[in-house]
Amino acid sequence: MAEVDLQGVSRYYPGSKTAAVQTLDLHVNDGEFMVLVGPSGSGKTTALRMLAGLEPVSEGVVRIGGREVTHLSPQDRDIAMVFQNYALYPQKTVRENIDFPLRMHKVGKEERDRRIADVAKLLGLEELLDRKPKALSGGQRQRVAMGRAIVREPQTFLMDEPLSNLDAKLRVQTRVQIAALQKRLEVTTVYVTHDQIEAMTMGDRVAVLRDGQLQQCASPRALYESPSNVFVAGFIGSPGMNLREVAVLDGERVLLGKRSLPLPARLRTPFSQVQGDHLTIGIRPEHFKLVAQDSDLYGEVALVEELGADALLHVSVEGLDDPLVVRTDGRRPAKVGETLHLTVLDDDIFGFHPVSGARM
Amino acid sequence: MTARIKRHSDRGRMRSRLCWTIVAWVVAIVFFFPVLWMVVTAFKPEPSAYTYPPTFSFHPTLSEFRQVFSRGVGTFLQNSAIATVGSTVIAVGLAAPAAYALSIRSVRKWRDGMFFFISTKMLPIVAAIVPLYVLARDLHLVDNIWVLILLFGAMNIPISVWMMRSFFLEVPTDMLEASRVDGAPLRRELLEIMLPVVAPGVAATALICVIFSWNEYFLALNLTATSAATVPVFLQGFITSEGLYYAKLAAAATLASLPVIAVGWIAQRQLVRGLSMGAIK
Repeated sequence: MAEVDLQGVSRYYPGSKTAAVQTLDLHVNDGEFMVLVGPSGSGKTTALRMLAGLEPVSEGVVRIGGREVTHLSPQDRDIAMVFQNYALYPQKTVRENIDFPLRMHKVGKEERDRRIADVAKLLGLEELLDRKPKALSGGQRQRVAMGRAIVREPQTFLMDEPLSNLDAKLRVQTRVQIAALQKRLEVTTVYVTHDQIEAMTMGDRVAVLRDGQLQQCASPRALYESPSNVFVAGFIGSPGMNLREVAVLDGERVLLGKRSLPLPARLRTPFSQVQGDHLTIGIRPEHFKLVAQDSDLYGEVALVEELGADALLHVSVEGLDDPLVVRTDGRRPAKVGETLHLTVLDDDIFGFHPVSGARM
Repeated sequence: MTARIKRHSDRGRMRSRLCWTIVAWVVAIVFFFPVLWMVVTAFKPEPSAYTYPPTFSFHPTLSEFRQVFSRGVGTFLQNSAIATVGSTVIAVGLAAPAAYALSIRSVRKWRDGMFFFISTKMLPIVAAIVPLYVLARDLHLVDNIWVLILLFGAMNIPISVWMMRSFFLEVPTDMLEASRVDGAPLRRELLEIMLPVVAPGVAATALICVIFSWNEYFLALNLTATSAATVPVFLQGFITSEGLYYAKLAAAATLASLPVIAVGWIAQRQLVRGLSMGAIK
């Protein structure tokens, strides 16, 4: 177990002037489950690979357990990694796959057998120990890859999108299992994913990256409730927040298409410091309330997405290019063509700087 | 209606498959026929080999084979075997690390490196024979088996690098990275993780080297005389100014083909896997 520390870490690929990861500062506490999340090209995998020693660090310092490892090879970092494609050794049986890291670290035969048996029991691999990877299903391979990582009892686990090759149902199951396993083993874990649901459900804290830069690092709840900028606001939450650039009338009302809403009082002072008369507002689909009538904000239902428990209504508001997405109870959703009246609590309206995107 | 359309399309598919089967067999027979003719001729007595139009009815005999052996094919076979095995070991042994550097641990300007290797094959060997001969003479290597081992090895390195690079590119990078994270030093990574995966490719490369070295004629003819001459040079001995000895030539050529066929047969499974590496994911 160990703390993991990235200090001002950057990575420039040869021939590229822009950084794949730029001055990343990240501290992972002992035993913490840290998730790096972001769209593809955000630098999350590069950051993880620098932590693993698989990618050279152009600038900055990497520490694991207080020891500087910036330029150490992966062999000398006391880490274990689960790869996206599992990276099992095809010619070795499950037992040999799990045994390999132990042999490389010169663990005695008896101890190795004991640990393999423990891991096999923990992950339900006992029946599969003598099979080769090609005779395993995707989920089983994933568990073998996990087994190979945990058998070493390393200081840190690194996981690079380990669930992305599983089908949706298995992914949800395995997500829960990995999170539970990590809690039980209490090993510091850095987990990379592009799936914000995975990030929110698994991480003690989540670091959101974009274009190689850290946008925000906070608990899932904090990311949802107080995103630091428009990118985080749009990325976290499913479906994403409705973000619209709006004009402000007299500093008191905002124009959403041709409909107007009161500008929440807490946004008025910050807005007065913005040059121009525009700002970006954000409203989460689940924060709209349907009301019978007499709302300033109304529109026509253009599309209904049934999700079972919920339904997503795409509501076209006059003057807005894209419809607003509204989450409602799935039992009696509105029908296409119906006119809906909507309200939002002041506290549920987020305001962002129209240029920098910073939260106001 | 739909059933009728289905039956029609099934029939069409059957017909096209039949056509392609016929084409495949015709091409195969066209390629195989000269080999068959060589083997058949080897079992004919010399006069029957000359009959025109050629005939398949004859009394098969081993006398031509006996004569071939009496002319000392053993030494030539031995020379060919030494030159082939030695040069293949050199070619594969040197090309493997080069291919590794050009694929997995990709070096800078790898394209130039690849082009350099293949460019050495662009010079006609005839143009190089005089300097090669002079070098061999100065090093006292003329008619010495080492000259063939070294030259066959050098000759096969470019193709070996190209072949093995394409096989090595098939190795999943994250598997090698996983072994590094698991604590494997480079030697273990190569021998325990990578080699089992690329073994069919290396075997296919080695077989190609064996075939090329075994059949090489020009260098062997010009740089050897009596003590280091190989089987192709021996075969040439049957084409004399007094005329051709068809049956003897065919018998000797059949004998000369046997080792390559045997190696190919033994390595068949590896070879097919190696040559189709990358074709099936």
